[in-house]
Amino acid sequence: MTTTSNPARTRQITPILSARNLVKRYGHVTALAGADLTLYPGEVLAVIGDNGAGKSSLIKCLSGAVVPDEGEIRVKGKPERFRTPLDARSAGIETVYQHLALAPARDIAANVFLGRELRKPGPLGWGLRMLDRKAMRQETAKILGDLGLLTIQNIGQAVETLSGGQRQGVAVARAAAFGSRVIIMDEPTAALGVKESAKVLNLIAEIRDRGIPVILISHDMPHVFEVADRIHIQRLGRRIACVQKTEITMNDAVSLMTGAQTPPEDHDPETIPERLVRQ
Amino acid sequence: MKSVSSPPTAPAPPRRVGERLVDQPQVPLLGRIQRAMHAHPLLGPTAVLILACIFFTIAVGPRFIEPLNISLILQQVQIIGMVGIAQTLIILTGGIDLSVAAAMVFSTVIAGKLAAEAGTPPLLALLVALLTGAVCGSLNGALVTRFRVPPFIATLGTLSIFTALNLYVSGSQTIKANALPDLLLWPGQTFRVLGAPVTFGSILVLAAFIVVSYILRRTAWGEHIYAVGDNAEGARLSGIRTSRVLMSVYIVAGVICAIAGWLLIGRVGSVSPFSGEGVNLASITAVVIGGTSLFGGRGHVLGTLLGALIIGVFSNGLTLTGVDVLWQVFTTGVLVIVAVGLDQWTRKVAG
Ligand SMILES: Nc1ncnc2c1ncn2[C@@H]1O[C@H](COP(=O)(O)OP(=O)(O)O)[C@@H](O)[C@H]1O
Ligand SMILES: [Mg+2]
Repeated sequence: MTTTSNPARTRQITPILSARNLVKRYGHVTALAGADLTLYPGEVLAVIGDNGAGKSSLIKCLSGAVVPDEGEIRVKGKPERFRTPLDARSAGIETVYQHLALAPARDIAANVFLGRELRKPGPLGWGLRMLDRKAMRQETAKILGDLGLLTIQNIGQAVETLSGGQRQGVAVARAAAFGSRVIIMDEPTAALGVKESAKVLNLIAEIRDRGIPVILISHDMPHVFEVADRIHIQRLGRRIACVQKTEITMNDAVSLMTGAQTPPEDHDPETIPERLVRQ
Repeated sequence: MKSVSSPPTAPAPPRRVGERLVDQPQVPLLGRIQRAMHAHPLLGPTAVLILACIFFTIAVGPRFIEPLNISLILQQVQIIGMVGIAQTLIILTGGIDLSVAAAMVFSTVIAGKLAAEAGTPPLLALLVALLTGAVCGSLNGALVTRFRVPPFIATLGTLSIFTALNLYVSGSQTIKANALPDLLLWPGQTFRVLGAPVTFGSILVLAAFIVVSYILRRTAWGEHIYAVGDNAEGARLSGIRTSRVLMSVYIVAGVICAIAGWLLIGRVGSVSPFSGEGVNLASITAVVIGGTSLFGGRGHVLGTLLGALIIGVFSNGLTLTGVDVLWQVFTTGVLVIVAVGLDQWTRKVAG
């Protein structure tokens, strides 16, 4: 592993999302013990770590699903306090949770628009509060089509009648359709086959190309090394390192993650992604 | 630097169940029925209602489907139907409300006391009764959302509380019709349709079913009720304020119970703390027979209307055929068990 201090990298760029010293305890268990995270504009940041390292807890703090006991979260340098998932959503942060957060008995369109349903224009909408199901279905079909993610004939189908991969597709599509600043994905390929995983990885690259940075939590090293710009390594509730993908091997990443190796003394976890340096 | 020799992939988490694809080409008949019932939950109760009507028309004779008898069935099921609407809303969120009948009777006692003894204007007495329902509902809602008491326990407690308050406020006395204003008795008034008397109460119930069905199917609030019952944590993570949804459902259910109380005054023509017996369980029965899942998140309020009508048709039909009343109770029990069994079976479509 090499971490040179390239002068170009120390140039100041405001992270789009950053967390400092997050602490989260569940009773006796400390899920986060002073975790940091930095996400720069336009990058894919992979978060890796053993089971129980606090990856899900970390992103739940960033998405408003849990409120950290201590620590600070900033969006574009501005401190924010997310009390509910709605707060994070309004700040433009969309999340695909590990357990998807879908309503299985509801149809695909209802799930994509869950919590932000469209109402009909005119008096039917503001008077009778009537939902515009047709618009939601059309919009959903368009989103799914644009992403080339799914081949579902019936948008009115209940999510529980879909395969695991298709469900994942619905959750990812929902985040991709609404995420305006940051998209977070917790283990999006864990339940998928090879083909479906490839689609999700393509999608991540596509989202990044649209200029929206992505935080990708994954166990799968080949996937991580395929799409990530930088790799955040989480261990025992902390970020122990964050390195450029080009500067680390899969083996070294795994041994850092498992504690078989420690990062060098002068390691700087805040270096700017090469993608930005090039631009 | 030490390197790891094994494959550089950390152990993948176990695969989730429900992975297999549902779309297999050959589906046996039973599977097709299962899927049809999954996609159209009103199919079962509609079929049962139609078959029951045909059966009793044959067994009893044409007088069973005469307008007069239909009107009678409607009057008999209006209270169960109205309370069933409240119960449906709560069961859709994954809860249950054992206090519905007690809240209903409590609001009638308040209205009766105010109008008959305190000289309150009838309209004001009625409004206070609706408010009483809302307060009862918000107590349940607060217990469930703020204090995280399971709905079954919370409403078991408030059932006792409301019942005791009924007896306290009414002094265990009945208020007779002649002491009550016309407004409170209005739901029992009739007008003629096809020569048969129809009560305003029956019309109110049908209207309530249409309005609530619209709300559940066509508004965001309805969507959120289903989502909360289907996957509460998922709904929360999707930005739905689940506590607020639950609280509003309990309050609305309380108001609907108070409206049922108004119908009850019209139906029995008096206010008694001992009326409304059996309505609690009958409301749950109607919801379940109507195909709404006790696990929440799936079902339809129109199913409850069908469920209430099925209860009414069986009890009316069996009475007309001269069968002992115990078989009515028996039949209801069988219907409930069959309905819950069918619900479990159709939910398996999800894989
Ligand atoms: N809701 C919770 N209640 C109690 N303990 C929890 C909860 N969520 C996570 N934990 C614990 O916190 C630690 C970190 O979990 P998590 O953030 O899910 O890790 P990861 O996603 O990296 O596997 C684990 O020990 C886990 O058991
Ligand atoms: Mg996790």
